[in-house]
Amino acid sequence: MNYSTITLTVNDLVETVDVPQNMTLLQMIREKLSLTGTKNGCSAGECGACTVLMNGEPVNSCMVLAAECDGAEIVTVEGLAKTGKLTRLQETIIKSGGVQCGFCTPGMLISATALLKRNPNPSDGEIRDAIVGNLCRCTGYVRIVDAIKQAAK
Amino acid sequence: MANVKTKEKTTNPIGASYPRNDVYEKVTGTAVYADDIQFGNKLLHARVVRSPYPHAIIKRVDTSKAEKYPGVKAVVSGKDFPERIGLYIQDKTIFATDRARYLGDPIAAVAAISDEIAIKAAALVEVDYEPLEGVFDAEFGASKEAPLIHPKMHEYVCPNFIFPVPHTNISNHFKIRKGDTDAAFKKCTHVVERHFVVPHIQHVPIETHIAIAQQDEKGKITLWASSQSPFAQRNLIAKGLHISQSDLRVVAPLVGGGFGSKAGVTMEAIPVALATKCKGWPIKLILTREEEFFTNFVRQGLSSHVKVGCDKDGNLLALEQKLYWDGGASTEYGVNVTRAGGYSSSGPYDIPNVKTDSICVYTNHPIGGAYRGFGMSELHTGLDQAMDELAEKAGFDKVTFLKKNAVSAGDTLVTGMTMHPNGIQQCIDDVAKSIKFGSKEKPSSPDRLRGKGIAIMWKAPAMPPNPGSSAWVELAEDGNVTVGLGGQEIGQGTFTVMAQIAAASLGVPYEKVRIAGPVDTQYSPYEWQTVASRLTWSMGNAVRAAAADARKQILEMVAEAWNEKVEDLDIVNGIVVSYKSEQETPLSNIVIYGMPKKNDEGWMGGPVIGRGSFMPKYVTNLDPETGQGARAVVHYTVGCEGLDIEIDKNTGKIYVLKGAASFDVGKAINPELVKGQIEGGFVQGLSSAMFEEIKLKKGVMTNPSFVDYRIATAPDVDFPLEATFAEVPQDDGPWGARGVGEHPMVPTIAALGNAIYDPTGIRLHGPPYSAEKIYLAMLDAGLVK
Repeated sequence: MNYSTITLTVNDLVETVDVPQNMTLLQMIREKLSLTGTKNGCSAGECGACTVLMNGEPVNSCMVLAAECDGAEIVTVEGLAKTGKLTRLQETIIKSGGVQCGFCTPGMLISATALLKRNPNPSDGEIRDAIVGNLCRCTGYVRIVDAIKQAAK
Repeated sequence: MANVKTKEKTTNPIGASYPRNDVYEKVTGTAVYADDIQFGNKLLHARVVRSPYPHAIIKRVDTSKAEKYPGVKAVVSGKDFPERIGLYIQDKTIFATDRARYLGDPIAAVAAISDEIAIKAAALVEVDYEPLEGVFDAEFGASKEAPLIHPKMHEYVCPNFIFPVPHTNISNHFKIRKGDTDAAFKKCTHVVERHFVVPHIQHVPIETHIAIAQQDEKGKITLWASSQSPFAQRNLIAKGLHISQSDLRVVAPLVGGGFGSKAGVTMEAIPVALATKCKGWPIKLILTREEEFFTNFVRQGLSSHVKVGCDKDGNLLALEQKLYWDGGASTEYGVNVTRAGGYSSSGPYDIPNVKTDSICVYTNHPIGGAYRGFGMSELHTGLDQAMDELAEKAGFDKVTFLKKNAVSAGDTLVTGMTMHPNGIQQCIDDVAKSIKFGSKEKPSSPDRLRGKGIAIMWKAPAMPPNPGSSAWVELAEDGNVTVGLGGQEIGQGTFTVMAQIAAASLGVPYEKVRIAGPVDTQYSPYEWQTVASRLTWSMGNAVRAAAADARKQILEMVAEAWNEKVEDLDIVNGIVVSYKSEQETPLSNIVIYGMPKKNDEGWMGGPVIGRGSFMPKYVTNLDPETGQGARAVVHYTVGCEGLDIEIDKNTGKIYVLKGAASFDVGKAINPELVKGQIEGGFVQGLSSAMFEEIKLKKGVMTNPSFVDYRIATAPDVDFPLEATFAEVPQDDGPWGARGVGEHPMVPTIAALGNAIYDPTGIRLHGPPYSAEKIYLAMLDAGLVK
């Protein structure tokens, strides 16, 4: 297996990593950097549990090769409350009760964070569309959408 | 007086909507699920060799090439583990031995130093099959013509409340014979007879099944698993491997969604089997999403024949049902779904004459297991739609008909058991009001039809008569409380509710209570399984008792130290107070070091540890021929759901305008968590009603991916959903509470079916109620051209 050496920023820290060329960004984040907050639900870009920000845009990290991430800026769920202070969205999702099993939560928070950055005042429809790729089997989405709405206020 | 002030400042933890106590970790990505545990470089990766045939004799399994492949540490197959296991009927082996019974049946497994090597080595396992004729229909499977899938079923170990029919594919035939239905139907003015088919569906937890096993040099095995049932897994896997239960330790971190799929034992036994062949190496098996869809538990299909009748005044007189459950290749768990479908077959209706045959049939389909609702969604899909038509036929407003016929306290139920007080009348009123059921409203456009549907439900915890719960409560120097328990946090919020119960029972603020997690069979007290919506009630009773025991120890010590009576003392907000002498002392320190005796005569008390356990002791077996007995179940939770919808005449697409749900939870320990369960269950039910079906062709699932098996996404829930609850207390529940985890997805299919019927008169055979099906049915009915 050929390896690539890439340098990238993950949650504001510069990392240099040797990655096999077939390794996904998700595998690199979880296995090489031990950032296990990002989850794997399907390995096929269908469930959104592995969503991270890549250069500010949400991506399914299971569908991105790590080798392509040289120079990229990645933000994972661990990067949201880096200083120990929760973001407004993290606070509102706690208050609204938008977390049950929690497995979709990291990806959901990342997608919603990206939404609020590009559209600080989203409509309910825009909120739902922004998380259409993040499957949740527990909550029925009601309280997740409420949390994003509260965070936007 | 200090203690009065203390009391004023106290929030009663019961009925307070605290945020979940695991939520900080979950929103920061630091919550630990099974795949997040680090095992270092020694970790091996497992892959499973699976049958490509739904039914075949296994003639030869040759693992020699796989064993020699560089990097492979162990290969196991059926010959190594012939022992049969199962939660109810013991019809399953860890690997298929003599024959494969469904597509995906595990034949062998490989552990290797990387996942890539495990995949390559698994492909080197040679298996010779002789394909057999399969059974792909439950009703055919129950017939004499069907080939036998388990020819030796009559030799299988089985509990005495399951009734297999020897030399058939019927692994349980549960019967209800209450009253005389033949005579009663003759007296009926109105009768409805219908056939419904509910397809197989998948639980779809976002976290697929995962288990890691390691055997130490002395032979003791540790299993880390995403699990609803660490104790049941300890018991069943130990039996399967012929080891002592105490030599298998199961550690169960947070679960990324269960819905019944992670109950009992499925794939968890495979890495354990591998671990026994390479001591010292941790071995991880994660199901791929494709494997998750059909190689593990699914919700079994149901074919239900329903006949129900009432008199001219709308009083229900008779019900007959034949329920054929497509149990799949193993029914070790599914036989009890059939049993539940039988003893609850009347639904929450008072019907004097009932005849039910609930029949569990082996097929060459994926294995049916526990799924949120445990048979009740499937049962109610047919029953509540037949009732809807009967109400119409009898000329009754549907709400009036439901309220007239719903079970009430003192009614003799379908099994002979007496019904307890319940809030079904309020639940029906809540829902009818929420969707303005009585008023016909106009659709938003002439291209649409508008309809409303309502359905009621009940469900009892489905379990053996005597599933136990236990708990301990201990305190630290700082007065903080730790609760040990064995029930699992699968997202429903049980750790939060248990902390509330312990806080209230002991007399400390909620914030001072922690849960000893993860659940670990080596340290945690016993809990049967996290299933059946039983934890709030059963484990809640154990935690309440454990906290009360700790409280008693503390008060007795303080009473002696202060020379007072226990009755004059209280623990309020973590402070022991005397209403008589007005003395007070915080719990801190005294719960560890005790208190000094008077006059320097020594010490009393010591570290406080409370214990509690709970097990229902009153459930009786039922007569095998009539299904009658004194008490079939512990209790029923009842509820109602309604939908206000529009149907696009051009496409058949359903637009939900409003959803409403109300359930009688006895007492909402945490109201917002209750509402969260109701909303999530409603949407899961709606998803199953509108989208979901495991498409099976000759035993092959043709849609095992999220692209082809669609579940509800956020844009599908673009309507207001009103969740409410009634609180008619349960006599033996903590503060009156009973469970509600599964119930909200039970009546949803029927409620939607009734809403579709309302403006169209179309009664579809079964879900999913796709736009295509509805459109074609509207074409057939001449509603559209």
